[in-house]
Amino acid sequence: MFEATPLNRRNARVELVVKLLFLLMTVVLVLPVLTILSILLVKGTPALSWEFLTTMPEKGMTAGGILPPLLGTVWLVAGSVVATVPLGVAAAIYLSEYAPDNWFTRIINLAIVNLAGVPSIVHALFGLGAFVLFFGFGTSILAASLTLGVMNLPVVIVATREALQSVPRAFREACWSLGATRWQTIREVVLPNSFSGILTGVILTVSRAAGETAPIMFTGAVFYSPFLPQGIFDETMAMALHLFVIATQVPGVPEAVPFAVALVLITMVLAMNALAIALRVHLRGKKKW
Amino acid sequence: MDKPTFERSAGISAPGTEGTGDPPALSAPAVEIRQLNFWYGSFQALFDIDLEIRRGRITSLIGPSGCGKTTLLRSINRIADRLGYVRTTGSIRVLGQNILDPSVEPVQLRKQVGMVFQRPNPLPLSIRDNVLFAHRIHRGKEAVGRSEEDAIVEAALRKVLLWDSVKDRLHQKALGLTLEEQQKLCIARLLPVKPSVILMDEPCSALDPAGTEAVEELMWELRGEYTILIVTHNMAQARRASEETVFMLMGRVVEHGPTQELFLTPRHRATADYIEGRYG
Repeated sequence: MFEATPLNRRNARVELVVKLLFLLMTVVLVLPVLTILSILLVKGTPALSWEFLTTMPEKGMTAGGILPPLLGTVWLVAGSVVATVPLGVAAAIYLSEYAPDNWFTRIINLAIVNLAGVPSIVHALFGLGAFVLFFGFGTSILAASLTLGVMNLPVVIVATREALQSVPRAFREACWSLGATRWQTIREVVLPNSFSGILTGVILTVSRAAGETAPIMFTGAVFYSPFLPQGIFDETMAMALHLFVIATQVPGVPEAVPFAVALVLITMVLAMNALAIALRVHLRGKKKW
Repeated sequence: MDKPTFERSAGISAPGTEGTGDPPALSAPAVEIRQLNFWYGSFQALFDIDLEIRRGRITSLIGPSGCGKTTLLRSINRIADRLGYVRTTGSIRVLGQNILDPSVEPVQLRKQVGMVFQRPNPLPLSIRDNVLFAHRIHRGKEAVGRSEEDAIVEAALRKVLLWDSVKDRLHQKALGLTLEEQQKLCIARLLPVKPSVILMDEPCSALDPAGTEAVEELMWELRGEYTILIVTHNMAQARRASEETVFMLMGRVVEHGPTQELFLTPRHRATADYIEGRYG
């Protein structure tokens, strides 16, 4: 009575094939990541050393270390975070907690979505026009940071808004019914409970800013500089651009060096992402709803 | 230790009704609603409501879903305002003052008119901070000593019969409490700002029978000192836990009277049919 019919057996075979197909696709997806990482590790590790990270480049970048681009990337990323986070979080708070649902709000939302879709080279040209030329910052850490910041704004806004909206409405109602104003509600209840989500968004922008080349190429990053930058109006070297330069523009660079630079860059980015995930898990675990 | 008690403050009451809070005030209604109409956008939810809620009593609002009882409740502390698209005409006088008047500050109103929600909604803070939340908001920058805060917390939690079970874990998260304890905490956090009226929107619907009984006991405990207005779907609850009952249907008040009278000898056919369970 309960034996498998031929139809059941055929369905079971299809089931198996489909499952294996999806498994294969998933493996294919992971393959490039693993390949990139292993090639970088194998080819780049020999060139890695403490000196490599902490000394200036020599002999037209064919020897020496990568201190200037390493510090430059840290500068640029820090600058872009300082520029983006207050602006993006404030905008997200307005949109999530205050904005009425009308045509004005909808236009702002549309603008944010479109800003996220603008190619980075266009951001670069915007940064060149606005920050370098119009505001007269010149090609500088400041101009490049602001350009990266503009590029990252939509990410921060969207991540923050989602984090804010994940705070249950019941908490807001409870606060309002006790006579709290909107700002008191946000300060005492909404922000503390969306902190992990906001932080994750911020860290993601950090890794994105560290890896971008185009937006900084015209606005503040240079091929080569014999000095470390002295302030935010100086130009700087940066990891992503440095990698492009030594891999394609400079003859006589030892083969291991570009791989080592790539390895350092990807380690920075992955470390930031891992930090974001760890923070998220840690802070999630503390929540009780 | 000198324990604060929650005697009612003068608040926004009209001249002449404040002060002792003794019998003369008892005759004046705590909430007096006249010709209230209420719209959500173009949908009218309440029609010509005339209602007097007696001071210090427990009044229950009953009626089938969608009859407007929750809307009526929510208009008394103007929490519905936050929706942005509501409109009202008529008047709601709380302690003698029309709260629909543009000069009324909603923050002050909500201090006088506390609210307890259907689902217990303690804030994601410690038990102690929950009790002190409204108090801190309303006192502004005025410095209050720790011992004074301790006394406020103890008095409020004692009043809701929660002190003994939580006194050793005041710094733990309020969301770790049982639902019954959470709901009691939600009542306790209203007390430090000395409200006159407490609105309860089906406060027991998320609780088990023991929790329901505990909250009902608490309501009797608070009666007299506070005017309690409770929306309930549970007719048995209205019958055993309120002194007056208002029956609403399709956005109108059909009948209002002492609870026993309304349940035993309803004056309207619709009321009789509803309490006998013929519809709703």
